[in-house]
Amino acid sequence: MTVALTRPFTGRLGSTSRSRPRTGVAVAVAFLLLALAAAAVPGLFAGDPLAADPLRVLEAPSAAHWFGTDQLGRDVFDRVVHGARHSLSIGVAATGISVGAGLLLGLLAGLTHRYADEALSRGFDALSAFPLVLLALLFIAVAGVGTTSLIVAIGLAMMPHYARVVRAQTFVVRRAAYVTHAVAFGGSRIRLVLRHVLPNVLGPVPVLAMIGLGESIMIAAGLSFLGLGPQPPSPEWGAMISEGRGYLHVAWWASILPGAVVTAVVIALTVTGRRLQRRFEGREAA
Amino acid sequence: MIAAAGRRVGAGLLVLWVAATAAYVALLAAPGDTVDSIIGDGPDSPLIRSQIIAEWGLDRPVILQYVDFLWRAVQGDLGRSYLLQRPVTEVIGAQLWPSLKLALAAAGVGIVLAVVLAVTTRRRWARRISSVSELIVVSTPPFLIGIVLLSVFSFHFGLFPVSGDRDLSALVLPALTMGLPIAGTLAQVLRDGLDRALDEPFAVTARARGLRENAVLVRHALRHALLPAVALLGWSFGVLIGGTVIIESVFGRPGLGQVAVSAVSSGDMPVVMAVVVFSAAGFVLVNTVADLAFLLIDPRLRRS
Repeated sequence: MTVALTRPFTGRLGSTSRSRPRTGVAVAVAFLLLALAAAAVPGLFAGDPLAADPLRVLEAPSAAHWFGTDQLGRDVFDRVVHGARHSLSIGVAATGISVGAGLLLGLLAGLTHRYADEALSRGFDALSAFPLVLLALLFIAVAGVGTTSLIVAIGLAMMPHYARVVRAQTFVVRRAAYVTHAVAFGGSRIRLVLRHVLPNVLGPVPVLAMIGLGESIMIAAGLSFLGLGPQPPSPEWGAMISEGRGYLHVAWWASILPGAVVTAVVIALTVTGRRLQRRFEGREAA
Repeated sequence: MIAAAGRRVGAGLLVLWVAATAAYVALLAAPGDTVDSIIGDGPDSPLIRSQIIAEWGLDRPVILQYVDFLWRAVQGDLGRSYLLQRPVTEVIGAQLWPSLKLALAAAGVGIVLAVVLAVTTRRRWARRISSVSELIVVSTPPFLIGIVLLSVFSFHFGLFPVSGDRDLSALVLPALTMGLPIAGTLAQVLRDGLDRALDEPFAVTARARGLRENAVLVRHALRHALLPAVALLGWSFGVLIGGTVIIESVFGRPGLGQVAVSAVSSGDMPVVMAVVVFSAAGFVLVNTVADLAFLLIDPRLRRS
């Protein structure tokens, strides 16, 4: 009961009292839920993404075909909806890899010996010295072209980002009173890390991962645009944009509308992520 | 000052070494037999194979090959392309200028656009419109920006060539495509910097001396706002390199990106390695120069 009284005043109260327009965030969340639903049960929203109709090739958007048809007469909207599963799961899997590896290496750097930290940190520096696309290209050159290597490539390329945050967070947490107390009580090291350090280190990670997810979806679309991801006829967004590029002079919709959906997803993730970031950090950004 | 500068140069060299080593490990880890890759579709016999092994030094211990690779890399020799049978530096050198031209043009577009945006959109509504468009531009995959521009300006209005690198007009759309995301991010940073600088006492003093608001903005605040923007130089170089890879493919331009993508698809590892080492070198160079520029601009950093 006294907790509420002694809780220090944080900026969070101040920032929520100043009301900002929330419609943008609401639209973003609604759109993300829709995209998730499309990825989970695409059949609910759209027909067969591979059904070609040679009589209806490169038709402009209409009531029957919302996004028009592509060079084989396939409905672009159907393909975009089914593509949500491919593109979102590639992004989520890649983000999962980068967050997992980042957590592990960040904790290692933050908790082990000073020299290990130095070596790992320099490694993160060197990795982040590369443009993400180039790192991913290097990995794909070694592992071969394919969806799995695309996922791992993006995951590894984005790992240092999370590892650095976790490492910095670990340094704060390991000096906190509850950790020193837990050490004094003499629990095992693994228990100490899992029970006390890990949950407190995790703090900023989910929001970062949300914004990072947008970036991985964007890079994945770029790499599969180059033909380094899922191969046609798979309705992956980047691959669709690439296929449509060849017919841009007669049918802009076949590549630009799938691209607009990628952009919408990334914007929605960024808007939601930034909103959450502001709430957790208790600050009002410009 | 000299110690601080030395430390930054040292850190840059370290990154370069790690990059070269990573590229070498990638070469070792790549699937397939090196001799097979070198032979390609050419004649194949045990004699030719043994000649190749002797010529490329493939029978020596890995460590020796690695040291040899580093030593030759220091001397500017990054090996030979498996497929083209030419020195890698020659392959890259031929494609360097188109990419560099594009990167420089894009950087110019990005910086000028960002400064103009940040300085002109000071009013509330202009600022809102500008930040929303920045968010959209930053969240759009760069190749999509390219496709939209291509669709509107080349196919619809026929203003610019659809592909290739014949003259200056072919440079406009690709440079705009790569420059826009840079402008989006840079404008956000500059705007924050301007806001902060205009609250500083020196801005009040300048106003008190009777300077007009625009003069305070351009002559005083902008300089301070540029500092954090310089820190983004390295980042934007990364965007430019990553960008060339994809944008060159969208616009069918020759360049490093095209070389890299076709080398990755065909497993021509020496070329992939060289592109990686080469762009790491460029990145380190830009970052070191940016750091040194910081030391020159901001005397407070020299002491630590």
